[in-house]
Amino acid sequence: MNTAHMQTIAGQTFSADVQARFDRELAKYPADQKQSAVIACLAIVQQTQGHVSPESEKGVALYLGMPVMAVHEVSTFYNMFNLKAVGRYKINVCTNLPCQLRGGQKALHHLSEKLQVKVGATTADGMFTLQPAECMGACADAPVLLVNDRSMCSYMSDDKLDLLIDGLRLAVKESS
Amino acid sequence: MNINQVLAQFQTSGKQTSFHDRHLQPQIFADLNGKNWHLKDYEARGGYQALRSILGMHGAEGLTQDQVIASIKESGLRGRGGAGFPTGLKWSFMPRQFPGQKYLVCNSDEGEPGTCKDRDILEFNPHIVIEGMAIAAYAMGISVGYNYIHGEIFQTYDRFEAALEEARAAGYLGDNIMGSAFNFQLHAAHGFGAYICGEETALIESLEGKKGQPRFKPPFPASFGVYGKPTTINNTETFAAVPWIIRNGGPAYLACGKPNNGGTKIFSVSGDVELPGNYEIPMGTSFATLLELAGGVRAGGKLKAVIPGGSSAPVLPGSVMMDTTMDFDAIAKAGSMLGSGAVIVLDDSRCMVKSLQRLSAFYMHESCGQCTPCREGTGWLWRIVDRLENGQGKATDMDLLDSVAENIMGRTICALGDASAMPVRGMLKHFRPEFEHHITHKTCMVAAYT
Repeated sequence: MNTAHMQTIAGQTFSADVQARFDRELAKYPADQKQSAVIACLAIVQQTQGHVSPESEKGVALYLGMPVMAVHEVSTFYNMFNLKAVGRYKINVCTNLPCQLRGGQKALHHLSEKLQVKVGATTADGMFTLQPAECMGACADAPVLLVNDRSMCSYMSDDKLDLLIDGLRLAVKESS
Repeated sequence: MNINQVLAQFQTSGKQTSFHDRHLQPQIFADLNGKNWHLKDYEARGGYQALRSILGMHGAEGLTQDQVIASIKESGLRGRGGAGFPTGLKWSFMPRQFPGQKYLVCNSDEGEPGTCKDRDILEFNPHIVIEGMAIAAYAMGISVGYNYIHGEIFQTYDRFEAALEEARAAGYLGDNIMGSAFNFQLHAAHGFGAYICGEETALIESLEGKKGQPRFKPPFPASFGVYGKPTTINNTETFAAVPWIIRNGGPAYLACGKPNNGGTKIFSVSGDVELPGNYEIPMGTSFATLLELAGGVRAGGKLKAVIPGGSSAPVLPGSVMMDTTMDFDAIAKAGSMLGSGAVIVLDDSRCMVKSLQRLSAFYMHESCGQCTPCREGTGWLWRIVDRLENGQGKATDMDLLDSVAENIMGRTICALGDASAMPVRGMLKHFRPEFEHHITHKTCMVAAYT
């Protein structure tokens, strides 16, 4: 199959900016090993679209010249991929043992109360999705959480959790 | 405040974890302040001198590949990722006359519960890893490398990419490094949430764009690694130790630790201590000293137990730990393992059943599902510990736990199976009465557990 042709089709799914970011990842690997960039490309898709949809899996498959099922295997294997739409802010709180010893579970509970949302669910206004998470390699910073995969927040006491949620709500309000 | 400003308030500065005066003879964390991670700062600390010296700059004679490997062997450096395999020996396994492409990989998939050292190295001293990798690449005749960084630390990933740009611009990476015939291209790659990718062959699969399911060994990566080519994988901290060894010599590194356990090691201390953080200290320092550096047990508590090398290491009673030193051999002798140097401290308010319940849930969640004993066994272990914790344990559960753990160990492709069984066996060996109490009384022995 003609790779350039496939990229043209896939290009209809992704903006020029996103394609430029894909290409930057692709440049790291040998020309016949494009599949190596699949995690990075899917992470970029998630960052720009909020989650990885079947359509975007197809687009990434075309872009990288790999079977759609091979892309789906990756998106279903790695924990951080959202296969369904999530709230504007996905909050993952580490609850593994080192964090549990320093209030990780308590932080998750505090957020659940404050947001009036069950763990694993999204608030009614679509603003926050709250999830427990496994070790993030930041054990001495506990309680620790991740906002939208890319922003780690450390030493999250109850006061700071309130500041974070109120701050995000206000920032969204001001920007709209 | 805009959204980024809101989030930035909660980003760690690294001050508590790594910029303090409680390291002993630091090599990797020496003179860091969080801001001086740039190339020019690293050069001011003596950075890239080791690479220049092996390449033979300014008419001086460089080092041969054999000389570099001999120096690493002499240093007694052992892998900092968990297994403690001698680094120089690993490097000597690489076929140096191989005609095709070979690869060098840095394992920064730091996800062993308790560990947070590689993050701080990459974030606050990224060039030390780049220089260490370049030296390794030179020694093994490798021209392409990847640093695989776990997906939870994107800020660190971005920092490392920025450092790579600086190193390329200065001619420390790329073609004809420092005017020599040595070429080395180094790239950063990231994962997206899978503990198993810290296993070296799972990491290779992930780097190839697949599910992170470990491969059978042999063949080992040295003969069949990334894209089927000879590959060497070392941990971030291992590479970070290399420049110091080249600058100061193998014997000096060995002298800093103790025989067979050369150099300094960064311990991530977490849990019930006053000052959780990273502590770089010579191998062979006593645990009592490390605990003191970390501010001692959290106020009001007494030392109960320590998981000395990350969650996969068997737990040891506090009294045993107080008599041991922090190095591979001493911790092994005490009945556990140094692992990645993640020291999880538990005080006397902690219930060991509840602690094990959380760890067992983790291994069940992270089992890749490839081998039946691990896929089924990790769930089985969790269900038993979970019912013990919830007062529904049966008298036969103790033997059952033992038997399931026994039947996982040694029967899986990778070490995750063993890693799920070892904490169970450690807990039963040292804290059996707590488990029995849960069965007999349906309640916890440790009333104060929160």
